[in-house]
Amino acid sequence: MKHLSRLALASALALVALQASAEVSIKDPWVRATVTDQKATGAFMQLQSSSDARVVEARSPVAGAVEIHEMTMVDNVMKMRALPDGLDLPAGKSVELKPGSYHVMLIDLKQGLKVGDTVPLSLVVEGKDKKRETIEVKAEVRPLGAASGPKGPMMHGDGEHKHHH
Amino acid sequence: MRTKPRHPPAGRRRLLAIGTAAGLAAAVPALLIGCERKAAAPSFHGINLTGVGYGRDFHLRDPDGKVRALADFRDKVVLIFFGFTQCPDVCPTALTRAQQVRQALGKDASRLQVIFVTVDPERDTAQLLRQYTTAFDPDFLGLRPEPAELPSVAEEFRVTYRKVPTGSSYTMDHTALSYLYDPKGRLRLAIRHDMPADQLAEDVLGLLGEPSN
Repeated sequence: MKHLSRLALASALALVALQASAEVSIKDPWVRATVTDQKATGAFMQLQSSSDARVVEARSPVAGAVEIHEMTMVDNVMKMRALPDGLDLPAGKSVELKPGSYHVMLIDLKQGLKVGDTVPLSLVVEGKDKKRETIEVKAEVRPLGAASGPKGPMMHGDGEHKHHH
Repeated sequence: MRTKPRHPPAGRRRLLAIGTAAGLAAAVPALLIGCERKAAAPSFHGINLTGVGYGRDFHLRDPDGKVRALADFRDKVVLIFFGFTQCPDVCPTALTRAQQVRQALGKDASRLQVIFVTVDPERDTAQLLRQYTTAFDPDFLGLRPEPAELPSVAEEFRVTYRKVPTGSSYTMDHTALSYLYDPKGRLRLAIRHDMPADQLAEDVLGLLGEPSN
């Protein structure tokens, strides 16, 4: 029974994995669209690693620089910080990059990103053994007003920009 | 039929009375202010700012170069948010919520003016501001303080902003509250970032429906 459920979980993870290695699965990657003159935007996704690992670097051909940031709200002030040591992926735990939390920051954009475009991202993941591997992700560009996932600080009605998946 | 007395037992009541008397002198001004604010806004979801002495007015350029002031929007509820266009998260979420509120208002949508003031005038050009705000809603207005004006604007509105270097660029820390003005141009409410759009819509309708307006 136990074996069976583990197997089921493993195959579920395998199904949602998007060009991921055996270790790290990436679910629902997306990038927020930009307007023409805008030079930066955020990328969001869910990550899960089967063993302790860390995202140490991110790259994208559409951006001059890519950083991993954490957003926090302190006394109604929004603060963003680059994570100097990268993003921790504790074994088996889903780590969500979403509005209000972590995001990949695409900086010095070389072009505007339109809804429906696909943005290639490379995530460099380091395991406990210090071995690094690069995971290729294709992130869908969603509207400027998109929220992450089915829940967010959004209205219950159907806003034009609301995005379910 | 006897009901249980609601008052505290005599001993506790006495203590309470002593405590109240002692604290009264110091508490009276605060209590009065509290009551006034409460009376002015009995049922809003936002933080009541009625009567605070700040956020009185602005004189800032719109993307056409025209100087705009709060008086330009008399008879409308004005929502002001301070942010920057390279903001990946909080600013689009706040502006999307504002856009959803306008949709929810239906025919009253024209009575809500949404204003986005940049705290990053170095990167947010007039043209970029226009592209950005109108991508959410064609009626949203972007205002741009000159870099030299920004400190005094931020002080008047009690918003904080700070340029924070990241590895390859910089980001802005900034206040994530939205301010709501009543149709007479008085600052009334601060809206927290996590307030749902339907509650914000109720507050806007509450301000639009006040009897004196």
